[in-house]
Amino acid sequence: MTLLEARDLGINFGGIRALDGVSFAVEPGQVFTIIGPNGAGKTTIFNLISRIYDPTQGRLVYGGQDITRVPPHEIARRGIARTFQNIELFEHATVLQNLLLGRHAHARGHFAEELLFLPRVRARELAHREAVEKVIDFLDLQAHRDSLGVNLPYGVRKVVEMARALCTEPKLLLLDEPSSGLSVEETEDMAFWIQDIRALLGITVLMVEHDMSLVSAVSDRVLVLDYGRVLTQGTPREVQEHPEVVKAYLGG
Amino acid sequence: MRFLFKTTYRQDLGLFRDGVQRNWYVALGLGLLVLPALVPAYLVDISLVFIYGLCGVSLMVLAGYTGLVSLGHAAFLGIGAYAHVYFVQDLGLPWVISVALAAAVTAAAGVLVGLPALRMTGIYLTIATLAFALIIQEMLTRWEHVTHGLKGRPVDKPVIFGVSMANDAAFYFLCLVVLIGGLCLTANLLRSPTGRAWVAIRDSEIAAQSMGVNLARYKTLAFAYSAALMGVAGALFAHKIGFLAPDIFSVLLSIQFLLMVVVGGLGSLHGALFGATFVALLPVLISEARDRVPAWAGHVVAVAGKDAASATFLTLDRFVKQPGLEPGLFGLILVLFILFEPLGVYGRWRKVQVYFSTFPLYKRATFRRQKTYMRSERLR
Repeated sequence: MTLLEARDLGINFGGIRALDGVSFAVEPGQVFTIIGPNGAGKTTIFNLISRIYDPTQGRLVYGGQDITRVPPHEIARRGIARTFQNIELFEHATVLQNLLLGRHAHARGHFAEELLFLPRVRARELAHREAVEKVIDFLDLQAHRDSLGVNLPYGVRKVVEMARALCTEPKLLLLDEPSSGLSVEETEDMAFWIQDIRALLGITVLMVEHDMSLVSAVSDRVLVLDYGRVLTQGTPREVQEHPEVVKAYLGG
Repeated sequence: MRFLFKTTYRQDLGLFRDGVQRNWYVALGLGLLVLPALVPAYLVDISLVFIYGLCGVSLMVLAGYTGLVSLGHAAFLGIGAYAHVYFVQDLGLPWVISVALAAAVTAAAGVLVGLPALRMTGIYLTIATLAFALIIQEMLTRWEHVTHGLKGRPVDKPVIFGVSMANDAAFYFLCLVVLIGGLCLTANLLRSPTGRAWVAIRDSEIAAQSMGVNLARYKTLAFAYSAALMGVAGALFAHKIGFLAPDIFSVLLSIQFLLMVVVGGLGSLHGALFGATFVALLPVLISEARDRVPAWAGHVVAVAGKDAASATFLTLDRFVKQPGLEPGLFGLILVLFILFEPLGVYGRWRKVQVYFSTFPLYKRATFRRQKTYMRSERLR
């Protein structure tokens, strides 16, 4: 069964048509990549999925359910987590607190219990901590556990953000340009991690990416956007040889 | 330099960092127990430090942890004070129940302010809370059969479970117990998912939302909780000043509260207390100085000779007797802190601690990046 399906998705910002009739389907276990020139509407798709924007047309179906009108904080609870293009860490909290916040989708508010910090709250906190530590081990973040977000180097912040998303125990992970700003070595690490996330954790990945080497290394399927429209879809190889894609990137 | 060796996850859940820190707090507690015997003349002023401490914690939750800056907290204090006095003196409810009800009423007012806050951020929210404060002040003036309007109303000394708290030491301990209670509850919240959600909202709303934080719920909750604490502080404040009038709860008082959290250090409970100590005791210091400068002058003349000393002290005397000295000094100190120590007294305190614990290896760069806090305070 299809995990996420976009049907005829469109959104206007004032007079600008940012997305126009975009349809695609992400199958479980896939790494699905969206590429396209700047301003093509890639991040807009992410913002529609995480319900920050309301689409002007079309529907989003996730796991058989329509999520087009679900409130944004519900999305994480349903198993969709994301990272951001310009890193949105909680900068004045430690890495540990950042990751624990990733558990928020599983931490329903118990205000009165938390006021008194009852044993039940303590037990839940310990359980969250164990889940977080698994992610820390998975992504090798042990050394940074107690560092503040602001004090981390850029490459580590990217990893922490991905870790935070993993802490929500998602079924679908949205990665917005995971390699932007990373060195060649860090990009290679990122490729391995994305493969591990799919292979070891069984998480489906939907990502926006510019680095074609990373795209070809990990993607099963690539969708090319240009001016808010789908140019073509296919395997990385098919897409790179498509004449329309070459034209969009090189001009002509 | 000490390194903390952690062996279980439980160590990260404690209220205190380690045994050493806990012992320091125990020592501080013992000090506060014997304080009434040492400085009996200043107990009323120190009680005010505790009450302001509670106000500071309240505003710290909102401004320092959730990133919602309020210029209307004096209004919450006023609502709490008037509600408490109404419940105790007009309805004759027991003291404890009355304080709880006052907190509930203030929390409801907090929700009311919090609701529009969902659509406003930064400076716009601050202006809205300012408007709210002005409205409340007007209401306190006009709703005469409850508040007695501009005539004001006297407040009796507290009587709890039949025990009168009329003497200064009893009131001192009452305030201390309430402050410690408020601090514990707040610290508990801050180490729970609720506190983390607040911090998340402060640092990045969009990321918080994507991680499943219901912004509406947690912002409203922050307003309600902060207001409830303010309500309790208001009840104590009413007893402390002994006479309620609407003009006490002015915008100036709100500004003082904001000053408290900024000077103390945004984003730490310590900061709230440091700030409260500073704001509550500076006026006391100034009035002490006013009384004593002439006497000091006498001493110095005897030691240093007439001309130089008397000129110096004439200037000093004129300085401390200057009208408006207090707001002037408050303003000056606020500006200096924002320029040179955005993390406030608490930030400075941490630096001194680190200096000694890493001596002689301290380097200024350790704290360089943390200067960014004010910028990320995001008065967007």
